[in-house]
Amino acid sequence: MTNIMLVDDSTTLRRIQRNIIEKLMTCTIVEASDGKDAIEKLKNFKPDLFFLDVNMPNMDGITLLKYLRSNAQYAGSKIVMCTSESEKARIIETIKLGANSYIVKPFSPETLEQKLKDLKVI
Amino acid sequence: MDVRYVNPFILSTIETFNVMLKLKVTPGKPQLKMDPFPTHDISGIIGISGDAVGTIAISYPRIVALKTVSRFLDAEFKIFDYAVTDAIGEITNIIAGSAKKDLGGLNVQISLPNVVIGRNHKLVGPKNAQNILVPLQSELGSMYLEVSLKTP
Repeated sequence: MTNIMLVDDSTTLRRIQRNIIEKLMTCTIVEASDGKDAIEKLKNFKPDLFFLDVNMPNMDGITLLKYLRSNAQYAGSKIVMCTSESEKARIIETIKLGANSYIVKPFSPETLEQKLKDLKVI
Repeated sequence: MDVRYVNPFILSTIETFNVMLKLKVTPGKPQLKMDPFPTHDISGIIGISGDAVGTIAISYPRIVALKTVSRFLDAEFKIFDYAVTDAIGEITNIIAGSAKKDLGGLNVQISLPNVVIGRNHKLVGPKNAQNILVPLQSELGSMYLEVSLKTP
């Protein structure tokens, strides 16, 4: 079973992502509200796939991405960054830092589904 | 206020509702907000700072807000709880975040969303800002986009 971590300070967006993903696949999902919360929850959970919001308080998505990509334990984990289109420069930066893909808000269920297919998660 | 600063918010409102809620929203003619201001039951508000200063809000009657969030979150909501207010704020947040790139090169920052709940409340924009009201029609009911910005 695939382990997925949703990291976003918006409970609404985490809920929407969870709704979409759970309709598409059987998986275990853990949610975190920012980078620090995610690192804490990684003590008990090893995700195969991360969705990271770029802008979050306490620890943002780019800092968490750097942490994950500097840790061999997550070398095989796939990472999708979530951001708004006004942050294209940051999207490019995240790909250079090791993100596998990105999703731009607003996004449709079909877009998220396509990302999962592209990453061969479903 | 130059129309080029209002149109990006109208377009991103249409796109956000269409893409994330599969909801067709049809904007009416933008108008200067004049007293008596329209009243609302719930508003999601984002502050804008930087080269332009002001607020962006999407305001709803109670029943329209509940139907909108029910569709957004794929569950039925009948009261204003935390999930509803968070979703109302997030919709405005996505709209403002998406519109930012099209503001004619203005460098602006957006705040975290605030949500105001209160039967028949009115929104008053910042002093010296022009307040533009855009009525929005959808199959779930009518709502308003309010753009109150002080631009260069």
